[in-house]
Amino acid sequence: MTLTAADVAEIMRVIEQSTFDELTLELDGVKLTLRRAGTPGGFVQNVTTPSDRLDSADADAGAARSGEAAAHPGARGTVPAAQTAAPAAQTAARARDSAPADANLSDITSPMLGTFYRAPKPGSAPFVEIGSVVDVDSVIAIIEVMKLMNTVRAGVRGVITEILPADEALVEFGDVLMRARRDI
Amino acid sequence: MAIRRILIANRGEIAARIIRTCRALDIESVLAVSVADRDSEPARQADRVVCIGPARATDSYLNAPAIVHAAAATGADAIHPGYGFLSERAVLPQLCAAAGIVFIGPTADQLAAIGDKLRARAEAEAAGIPVVPGGAANSPAEAEVLARKIAVPLLIKAVSGGGGRGLKLVERLKDLPAFLDLAAAEAGAAFGDARIYLERFIDRARHVEVQILGDGAGGVIQLGERDCSVQRRYQKLIEEAPAPGLSAALRNSLLQAAVRFAQRLSFRGAGTVEFIVDAQRGSFYFLEMNARIQVEHPVTEAVTGTDLIGEQIAIADGCGLRLQQAEVRIMGCAIECRVNAEDYRNGFKPSPGRVRDVTWPSAPGIRVDSHVVPGSSIPPFYDSLMGKIIASGPDRAAALARLRGAIAVTRIGGVKSNLGFHGAALDDPEFQTGGVDTGFVDRLYARRPDLSDLGETGAAHG
Repeated sequence: MTLTAADVAEIMRVIEQSTFDELTLELDGVKLTLRRAGTPGGFVQNVTTPSDRLDSADADAGAARSGEAAAHPGARGTVPAAQTAAPAAQTAARARDSAPADANLSDITSPMLGTFYRAPKPGSAPFVEIGSVVDVDSVIAIIEVMKLMNTVRAGVRGVITEILPADEALVEFGDVLMRARRDI
Repeated sequence: MAIRRILIANRGEIAARIIRTCRALDIESVLAVSVADRDSEPARQADRVVCIGPARATDSYLNAPAIVHAAAATGADAIHPGYGFLSERAVLPQLCAAAGIVFIGPTADQLAAIGDKLRARAEAEAAGIPVVPGGAANSPAEAEVLARKIAVPLLIKAVSGGGGRGLKLVERLKDLPAFLDLAAAEAGAAFGDARIYLERFIDRARHVEVQILGDGAGGVIQLGERDCSVQRRYQKLIEEAPAPGLSAALRNSLLQAAVRFAQRLSFRGAGTVEFIVDAQRGSFYFLEMNARIQVEHPVTEAVTGTDLIGEQIAIADGCGLRLQQAEVRIMGCAIECRVNAEDYRNGFKPSPGRVRDVTWPSAPGIRVDSHVVPGSSIPPFYDSLMGKIIASGPDRAAALARLRGAIAVTRIGGVKSNLGFHGAALDDPEFQTGGVDTGFVDRLYARRPDLSDLGETGAAHG
């Protein structure tokens, strides 16, 4: 018995609806490790099946890059110091005004006003990093509104190229949270 | 004052009005806007703007958790709800309390008591205030018995309604069962509460309301009355203070009744007690209380020299009543016209769109409360109020003359407005005499066939 891509997709659906954070499955020499978003690495990145090699290669590269970013949190120098110091309103306005330059880039906008969290809980790894591969249903962030945690899904299949708000920043409805290069 | 930063959970002219008082008091303003109001004039005036949701009000201006979260995240000490939207929903003060934010308004309990119109009726009766004959109708049989007692024409009202919403007029008793079902279904859909009650329909009465301020500890003062009888389908168009032609005895009875009602609730903040008045017979009935600032509050401000928004903030801030009853003096007269983006020639149909150009009046004794400037958008999602023109003077004739002049020089292009209606109403001898009842607008249209233009529904407008 071998795993098809459809089987993997089905297993992913099952684990997503379950309370488990991780699943390891070994069948006929194929080792499949699924981790729920939030535990190190999004589960999309760790799927290794014969029929899915191309994607997984990209995903591995993404995981490597995100690991780098996590190891050097101070090195996230793409955010100018002035912007971090500026009032959130200005940051938000900037996020809205700057349209993606590349036609293959998609804005992932905030579906609500609230506090933006990149990770499921303090101290855990972010849902995604720059370079993470996401699918339409991938959870990319949490937005908290009056103690209610709302998951934000990518809504697009692709690679995260930019993460705009700082962790725990106030984001407004419609603010650009992230940009993703669409998987064509 | 402890309140340094206020989040305004509203839009339009009242948002601009609250920002103005914030500026005067050196309080910072944070305006919560929907996507449709991001580029509005109040958004330009506020110290900070936060976008709380999409245009649809249920996802933005009615989204209490988002509003309270925005207030907490922007460091606001207090929320001003304005009127409409969440202003009279108990959920807002409840969430504010949980977040440690001051709600500029009554307590959640007071909002619940006043929002339940049957409970408000009972409170009025307990305070010795006459109520319109009527009562609860919990079953069709009970409604039938009650309807025979109070007689037709009667109104079916929603227990959680108010402000003229959710009303059904029953003119023949045999129509009652069908209307009961319809009214209950509509009330359930509109207010999440299908309970209804019956009241005698009082035609051609006057609508007079009393402005009160309460400190929340039983202290209540009144700031005189307003006459809001110029209405079309329960939507007020022209308001004035004081109410013309009331005897001193009737006026005093109304003012005292309003104070007694608010005292019974230990009401906190600014509120309005509404009455139906028969000036000829000298009788009046309690209608409802509004537990918020009203659209027409400027006429009271004009004749009393108070800033009602400022007093709301002071009460919320724990300063209590800064005015003694003996210090409240009614000086002169003030009249207000509500300028709406609607086609008065065609059933007052809303006319949303972009305002190309606008000229508001400016003259002694004229005040304009508006958020509309050239290029402003009048979104279709909200009410059509573009602004209010308020004229005041030493007496009614002086105020009226100033208002007629002001309406005549006001120009709004790009959307239709009801300025033409106001011009005609102010020119009308019946209005000039004063003391009109709620049948005035119908009579005006009967006298002035030129005001209806149903044949030219698609006509362009300058």
